[in-house]
Amino acid sequence: MTGELGTLANIVSNNEGKILPEWLDLLKTSGILQSGRLKEGELATHCRSFLHALRDGLAGGNSHAGHESYAETREILADFSRSRAVQGFSPSETATFVFSLKQPLFNVVNREKGLAPAVIVQMIWAITALLDQFGLYTVEVYQKSRESIISRQQREISELSTPVVKLWKGILALPVIGTLDSERTQIVMENLLQAIVTEGAEIAIIDITGVPTVDTLTAQHLLKTTAAARLMGADCIISGIRPQIAQTMVHLGVELNVISKATLADAFQVALRRTGRAITKLKSAAPDNGKSLDEDRVG
Amino acid sequence: MDRIPILKLGDALLVTVQVDMHDQLATALEEDLTAKIVAHGAKGVLIDISALEIVDSFIGRMLDNIAAVSRILDADTVVVGMRPAVAITLVELGLSLTGVKTALNVERGMALIKTRATPRDDDDDGED
Repeated sequence: MTGELGTLANIVSNNEGKILPEWLDLLKTSGILQSGRLKEGELATHCRSFLHALRDGLAGGNSHAGHESYAETREILADFSRSRAVQGFSPSETATFVFSLKQPLFNVVNREKGLAPAVIVQMIWAITALLDQFGLYTVEVYQKSRESIISRQQREISELSTPVVKLWKGILALPVIGTLDSERTQIVMENLLQAIVTEGAEIAIIDITGVPTVDTLTAQHLLKTTAAARLMGADCIISGIRPQIAQTMVHLGVELNVISKATLADAFQVALRRTGRAITKLKSAAPDNGKSLDEDRVG
Repeated sequence: MDRIPILKLGDALLVTVQVDMHDQLATALEEDLTAKIVAHGAKGVLIDISALEIVDSFIGRMLDNIAAVSRILDADTVVVGMRPAVAITLVELGLSLTGVKTALNVERGMALIKTRATPRDDDDDGED
């Protein structure tokens, strides 16, 4: 095996001028440049550096892509597929880069004079096995970088979607948007409790208008949050339970043993009354003077 | 053995826990507090745990016990100043201290005890 790979490395370095244009042509016909996300010059540079690294690796004579002689090759591939993932290429477009090298390589091996057919077959087999491994490696790196993008976005979304809003002195609102899983409940709870301490809040309104479904687990998470807020000396009101959700909760036998109101406005009114305030309409509200008709004052 | 001081403030007793509670200290506090409630005829007990960073299930149960005992002796128990981390831990342990009243700080706790001491009849929206 070692002998073939060594010969192959020689063939590759002798025929570089033939392999590269052929490979580039194949890549172009595969449509990788059509989207305009990649410049032709850039692609050519990638191809050349990969081919050089592969040639150096082949000279090491190892048929396993994980061997250290291919460390540089792998590094180039990893860089390349990470940038492809960021640019939004599909996995197959990314993997085609490696697989399309097979044909030019087979051609140069075929054209090489003085090789026994059996040797050619073995060489072709060695190239196939090696490039397949590299192709899989590319897809793996691509997948990993995609996953890291997803997890970063997830983190950002969870940070963005759990704000604690101060409605009035001593009254906090917590609009929950999206599904409440254990991890988010933890973040929501920590944010809320911290806000209760810093604002000195007496009442916290948890608004679940933005929660698509409430199952037993979500209800349990809500209960945990209210229990923790109560331990801190703040009362919780749950608002924004949509009709379908109310029905589901009753069917599931879920009971929230806290005060619940249909809308945030109702909950806010209760909260104001609890803290000894009320909303009254200004009697002297003159119509048609360009100002708000329905101005309420909190007293 | 050191004990946690219990201060008398009008009708109420004030307990400020400044050191980490170990189990023996907690049991001693429970006994002392019961004796003091009876001796002073206290109407409220205020336990400030703002200095406590760790509250385990034993201390949690002790707080529940104190509340139960004081209720029998006609006094309200208010736990004040619980830290967020402690509150989360207690909830995760399944101890939500349902028998205990809570407040954010000593000031609010005193106000709570005062409103209970002077009975009013403005319970308009079904309070817990």
